[in-house]
Amino acid sequence: MKFIFDDNKPIYKQLVEQLKIMIVNNVYKKGEKLPSVRDFAISIKVNPNTIQRALIELEDDGLIITQRTSGKFVTDDEKIIKSLRNSLAHETIEKFLFDIAKLDISNEELIELIRREGKGK
Amino acid sequence: MSLVELKELSKSYGSKKALKNVDLNIEKGKIYGLLGPNGSGKTTIIKIINGLLQPTNGSILIKGKAPGIDSKKVISYLPERTYLNMNFKVTEIIELFSDFYEDFDSKKALKQLKKLNINPNDKLKTMSKGTKEKVQLVLVMSRKAELYILDEPIGGVDPASRDYILETILNNFNEGSSIIICTHLISDIEKILDDVIFINKGEIVLNSPAEDIRKTKKTTIDKLFREEFKC
Repeated sequence: MKFIFDDNKPIYKQLVEQLKIMIVNNVYKKGEKLPSVRDFAISIKVNPNTIQRALIELEDDGLIITQRTSGKFVTDDEKIIKSLRNSLAHETIEKFLFDIAKLDISNEELIELIRREGKGK
Repeated sequence: MSLVELKELSKSYGSKKALKNVDLNIEKGKIYGLLGPNGSGKTTIIKIINGLLQPTNGSILIKGKAPGIDSKKVISYLPERTYLNMNFKVTEIIELFSDFYEDFDSKKALKQLKKLNINPNDKLKTMSKGTKEKVQLVLVMSRKAELYILDEPIGGVDPASRDYILETILNNFNEGSSIIICTHLISDIEKILDDVIFINKGEIVLNSPAEDIRKTKKTTIDKLFREEFKC
């Protein structure tokens, strides 16, 4: 998984969003050590202070933990990661329902459409 | 105390005003982009900070003092044009830098050159323009300076090499030190900037954190620049 940045949003916010997905996705596994701020900055060519800011936000959310001498780690608390997955799923579904409501589709029809689309995947 | 402080600074070349009432602070631990079209005054500001030009009016302080021997120890400067002797081998230039600058780390320089596949026994004149630029950047970044000033560090290298240049910059600048990057190739560097300074016709027209621009204007620095300086 790679970081891809949009033009029109602060980079630190995009970093937070994408790192959350990477944690849920096991790109960065629970309890795993994260690269240092400098290594992150070098590998994705982003300002080190911006990286730092994103990591602090993830730390405030309890998703990563700083160990003073050895760096930053993904939390090893499965509950936190699970609840992150749920809240990301919730946001995605919410957005989807908002968009689909504009199309005037009944619930039955919608469920049927999702089933059919899902089979193709 | 700011690393660099310009106050109501003006510079005229004869009757031509190159800088008009420039106020600017450079703080510790940040990467600045000094961005402006050709002839906007970028290089004049940089030369004044380096003590190579005297302002006509106003003041310039580096860590609270006028530019001089002390500020040359603080600042590592990559000029737009080279001043190196083309008959020298890279190893000879590294010796020269070691003699000249107390804070020059020759081991670090050799390591970086190796990373960029540059043979230190080659003479400068046998190298392409882009390779010469890489050598100079490595030399400048191998000092333990408090402020690095890079005038057009990526101008001569092909787009594929620009990532290496960014890597060299990010890899080598010291914790707590600052960088001023002067360029018009904005899209290549904008993600590594903390603060963006737009200069036009000798005046600073914008000085803002890069993330604030993305947030409020919902656009890239590059697009904002093109909009601002449309002919």
